[in-house]
Amino acid sequence: MLSFLIAEIPRLFTIYNVILLLKAALTTLSLSAVGCVIGLFFGFLLSIARLSHRPIFWPLKALALIYVEILRRVPFLITLMIFFFGAQVLGFNISALAIAFISTSVISTAFVAEIVRAGLRAVKPSQMEAAAVMNFSAWHSFWHVRLPQAWPLILPPVFGYFVLFIKDTALASQVGVLELTQAGKILNTKGFSASLVYGAVLILYFIISYPLARFGAYLERRLGASRHSRPRRAI
Amino acid sequence: MAHLDIRGLVARYNNATVLDGIDLSIERGEIVSLIGPSGSGKSTLLRVISGLLPPREGTVSLAGETINYADRRSLRRSRDKLAIVFQQYNLFGNMNVLRNVMVAPVTIQKRDKKTVEAEARALLDKVGLGDKLTSYPDELSGGQQQRVAIARALCLKPDILLLDEVTSALDPERVGEVLDTVKMLAADNMTLLIVSHEMGFVREVSHRVAFMADGKIQEMGPPAQIFGAPQQPRTQAFVSRILGH
Ligand SMILES: Nc1ncnc2c1ncn2[C@@H]1O[C@H](COP(=O)(O)OP(=O)(O)OP(=O)(O)O)[C@@H](O)[C@H]1O
Ligand SMILES: [Mg+2]
Repeated sequence: MLSFLIAEIPRLFTIYNVILLLKAALTTLSLSAVGCVIGLFFGFLLSIARLSHRPIFWPLKALALIYVEILRRVPFLITLMIFFFGAQVLGFNISALAIAFISTSVISTAFVAEIVRAGLRAVKPSQMEAAAVMNFSAWHSFWHVRLPQAWPLILPPVFGYFVLFIKDTALASQVGVLELTQAGKILNTKGFSASLVYGAVLILYFIISYPLARFGAYLERRLGASRHSRPRRAI
Repeated sequence: MAHLDIRGLVARYNNATVLDGIDLSIERGEIVSLIGPSGSGKSTLLRVISGLLPPREGTVSLAGETINYADRRSLRRSRDKLAIVFQQYNLFGNMNVLRNVMVAPVTIQKRDKKTVEAEARALLDKVGLGDKLTSYPDELSGGQQQRVAIARALCLKPDILLLDEVTSALDPERVGEVLDTVKMLAADNMTLLIVSHEMGFVREVSHRVAFMADGKIQEMGPPAQIFGAPQQPRTQAFVSRILGH
């Protein structure tokens, strides 16, 4: 059995198949990365809306709350399906990959928004009071005082989420996106033995995630250990 | 015309009335100290003046202009003229000592960076922190943080300086230095409102002393009166307890 598998290795790892796997791995990685970057951007907007006290923001605040609370509780697969079939029903001609990118961004936004909000809330109000008394505008206070102190609290968990989310993007194969899991399925149906193919897929997932996880742990040590936040040096 | 004029000031946290009708009038260049038991509302009064807690009733006027705390422009104008040193210092944790002192003059007041830096260095030298410019607040002792906070407030060049327990974390030697700084400010005609438990300090620097209790100013007068011949029984009790007779 083992010798059979070993004999199959050169047949599996032809240039064509290797490129297929690597491209799929890249898709997997970018699904998570794009999701998190966009999630970080909109997550910030949502949490700023949720933290503001000004009446004009109240509708936005309610919307942000509903968005975050619902989407964090819906399985990724369901979001994906809703976007996929929703686009079909509404007659949009969008590729499955685009659907996957949109879905990952929508989901990450909800999760990252929560992380960002917690980070911003953790900055002591007296810090913002000191700024206010010195006539800092809301923007100056946010940019010079609040954000630099929240950043070290936000970045490590966002990174952790990003690494975990890599696994979840496998679900994009359900709508036909050629990511790593889907590539495994394809090679498997071409007749390569499942253990070999999925072994290779497993190793690729590990190769993607592990260095990122280590880097995240490093960030956490680095930012957490420096008791004050020195964003310019730390990041 | 009084430089700082407070009339009938009432302030509450939720439903607890902390300031219950404060009247206080301070002349330009005058040094007034607030003394009183813990929880009597001294810090709260400074918070109300600086616009961190809106008053429920009464008015605060600065150089003849009544501050409208609901109006951002009015509040901004008043904050341009005053600086506060908080009881908890509230230095910015993400900035080193020099940047803590420079950030508002440069970023907010838009003063020339070189000039501000020279002033900031001079001020920090004067409070004995010339060698700590690149330290972060959590690398400093309480007394050192307090002195940075004083330098930060002075670098704003306020007309009125509010000092909350500015000597509490200082050793006696440093109290002397702060005392000298305060006297020098007085000579510059800066108006000072000081909260302190350090009676020696209060007696030496103040033109007048106000004794606060139960959200009211119970008695006010020159240090000789408050410490030597207090009129009110509550003042007598407080002063004799704190002076240890
Ligand atoms: N943020 C707050 N929320 C609710 N109550 C508060 C708050 N801050 C202060 N208080 C209450 O207001 C009262 C006055 O507090 P304040 O800090 O002004 O006293 P203080 O005279 O400065 O005391 P100390 O000498 O201990 O500094 C206290 O009873 C306190 O519990
Ligand atoms: Mg106090």
